[in-house]
Amino acid sequence: MKTPLHIDSSPHINAGSSVEKIMQHVLLALSPVVIFAIYAYGLAVLLLLVVSILSCVLSEHFFNRLSTKNQSLQDYSIIVTAVIYALTLPPGLALWMAALGGFVCVALGKFIFGGLGANPFNPALVGRAFLQAAFPVAMTNWTPAFSADRFVSLPTSTLAWPFGKPIYDQISMATPLAAKKFEQIDTGVYELALGLTSGSAGETCAVLLLAGAGYLLWKKILKWQIPLGIFTAVILLTGMFNLIQPDVTPSPLFMLFSGGLMLGALFMATDPVASPITAWGCFVYGIIIGMLIVIIRLWGGLPEGVMYAILFANALSPHIDRLIQPKVFDEKS
Amino acid sequence: MIFNQHTFKHGIHPDDNKSETATSAIHQFPFAPLLMIPLQQNIGAAPECIVREGQEVQRGQLLAQAKEYFSVSLHAPASGVIKHIGLMFDIKGQQVPGIYLQPFAASTQEIIEGEPCLFTTSAEKILTAIQQAGIVGLGGAAFPSHVKLKPPKDKPIDTLVINGVECEPYLTTDHRVMLEQADDIMTGIRYLLKVTSAQQVVIGIEANKQDAAIHLKKHIPADLPVSVNVLPVKYPQGAEKMLIQSLLNRQLAPGKHANDVGVVGVNIATAAEIGRLLPHGRGIQERVVTITGPAMTRKGNYRIPIGTPLRFILETLGTSNNLNKVFMGGPMMGSAVASLDISVTKGTSGIIAFSDSKTSLNKTIYPCIHCGKCLEVCPMLLNPSQLGLLAKKQRYEEMQTNYHLMDCFECGACAYVCPSHIPLVQHFRVAKHAIKKQKQAR
Repeated sequence: MKTPLHIDSSPHINAGSSVEKIMQHVLLALSPVVIFAIYAYGLAVLLLLVVSILSCVLSEHFFNRLSTKNQSLQDYSIIVTAVIYALTLPPGLALWMAALGGFVCVALGKFIFGGLGANPFNPALVGRAFLQAAFPVAMTNWTPAFSADRFVSLPTSTLAWPFGKPIYDQISMATPLAAKKFEQIDTGVYELALGLTSGSAGETCAVLLLAGAGYLLWKKILKWQIPLGIFTAVILLTGMFNLIQPDVTPSPLFMLFSGGLMLGALFMATDPVASPITAWGCFVYGIIIGMLIVIIRLWGGLPEGVMYAILFANALSPHIDRLIQPKVFDEKS
Repeated sequence: MIFNQHTFKHGIHPDDNKSETATSAIHQFPFAPLLMIPLQQNIGAAPECIVREGQEVQRGQLLAQAKEYFSVSLHAPASGVIKHIGLMFDIKGQQVPGIYLQPFAASTQEIIEGEPCLFTTSAEKILTAIQQAGIVGLGGAAFPSHVKLKPPKDKPIDTLVINGVECEPYLTTDHRVMLEQADDIMTGIRYLLKVTSAQQVVIGIEANKQDAAIHLKKHIPADLPVSVNVLPVKYPQGAEKMLIQSLLNRQLAPGKHANDVGVVGVNIATAAEIGRLLPHGRGIQERVVTITGPAMTRKGNYRIPIGTPLRFILETLGTSNNLNKVFMGGPMMGSAVASLDISVTKGTSGIIAFSDSKTSLNKTIYPCIHCGKCLEVCPMLLNPSQLGLLAKKQRYEEMQTNYHLMDCFECGACAYVCPSHIPLVQHFRVAKHAIKKQKQAR
């Protein structure tokens, strides 16, 4: 009989779930979106993904070496961050910018706060927000989807030299949101849902994003109250303004399916670490994000508001948690 | 079979792993060469030892007498010689006083009986007999039954809940007792009805023991107000608060007891022991234990003499070479043992042996990722995530005042589902202990 016996606290069994398994499920849920992004934008997005992942993983490794904490590469969370980050970028973004943003994701989004589980903001969005502030022109230069030569050539902007004078392609597209906001051009919901429009690498195909979220819902990983709250607020608010000012306000469906709303609502706002923990808290948090999106989109200077809406709500999340606690066992009686 | 309408909130559905022992009938376990009988086997005061070293005792003879109300007596599990009275290890690894008894050969093991106590006598006499028989809650808590059965006068009891849920995975003792001792259970219920003056008796059984429910139903005497209620399987339904909610839809606020809602709950094995022992004036000398787990060679249910060392049990039944962890009780709430030189007591419902692969040795502990799974399962509707984060920062006071730490009864559902493998229950135990110490210091 082998001694000594292992002793630890009960329970002595567990459900067999783990952080790395959750992260793997999220990657699996995102895989159709990733494949579609590569299909729609070709080599440019493939390189964008590779560079983002390399940059994030290497940065994570670097900070792991600096820190005394456990190594965190094996939990897959950084890969999820990197993939989501890449999916939010304009397809023709210069690779060096993507690499720099990846470093910011890890440094300012994650490690400065203490690594996995401690980040108040979604790290991918921190990286993206940095790029948006540093390179506003590059971050709003949209490559057309499904161009004929997308698998043989790259947009000139992709391979731009670091800190050189940026070069952009002559052919650039307006996103449906920008087209609506600045030129009052409508895009059909059908085209939006199927991802036939231009936009960030992974935000365009709503159908695949919904399918991925459905998978996570089935695996019981998705905090579904968050997208529910976002959709509710967006539909109600937009619907209301659409009734009052039908000429300038887009339809609720256009709002839902355009821009980064689906990607943001389903995969970024739902980042468990930076969102509230109770079901009601998640719903309230979703409502706040939805309202902010509508406000920024309709009255802000920018056509898109998902990123700032989520980052702002991230900051509110601990306060929501403090205000909305689970009711303990029958407190009423 | 129609399911009960109500259930308690949240809970989990672990693999029950009961099939390996559910069909194994209760066998009498042989006597170990030396029994180690701790005096303290109940919550409350330990009984006072009334035998001396070198004395010969008979099986069933009183070894220690309850001197206080909050205490129960202790009987000799075997005829033999008192070898030594001194210290021995308990499950926590602490040294406690106890009696070392060397049994005679099995042929001489006749049980001596005391004065029978019939259910027709007065409630007071029955309660005293229960205390004298050394009966405690056999579900694992080892709370003196006579104390539990006598609620304050201002709290009338209308319902007696008999707990045959056995929601812990792996354990099948209650299941076997229901199948094999239906008549003892019904006799026990007669005593219980007499002392509590309840008007109805509800037996709660989970749906994975349909055979037991059907069997018990057949054995209900015509004159007893007993109903059997089959509940959907869900852990921790065997916890009294949850069971009362599932069976009767009566809610217990934090800090309230079953008798506040007119209920007394009794474990089904305890009811069976009362029905088996009292008519013969006997005391508890043995109990039914499930011996199982991936590292056990011969699994089954055994009636094991109190004081039998774990080492003797494991060596008799055989274990695999990669034995890594042994715990007493169920896998959700049982305690891992540091040494096999401790013994079966009245509170031991199971002995489970795990091999390397089953233990959580190699499970990485991650930081809390706020996934909220623990909130979804906590049957007390607490926030284990927040409690865990506060425990890490040793903010125990806040855990108690703002997050209801003391309502936690350590069922383990939160730690069971945690994808970060945070030992939440351990954190909570440490926190509770620290709070208790602080209180004592004041």
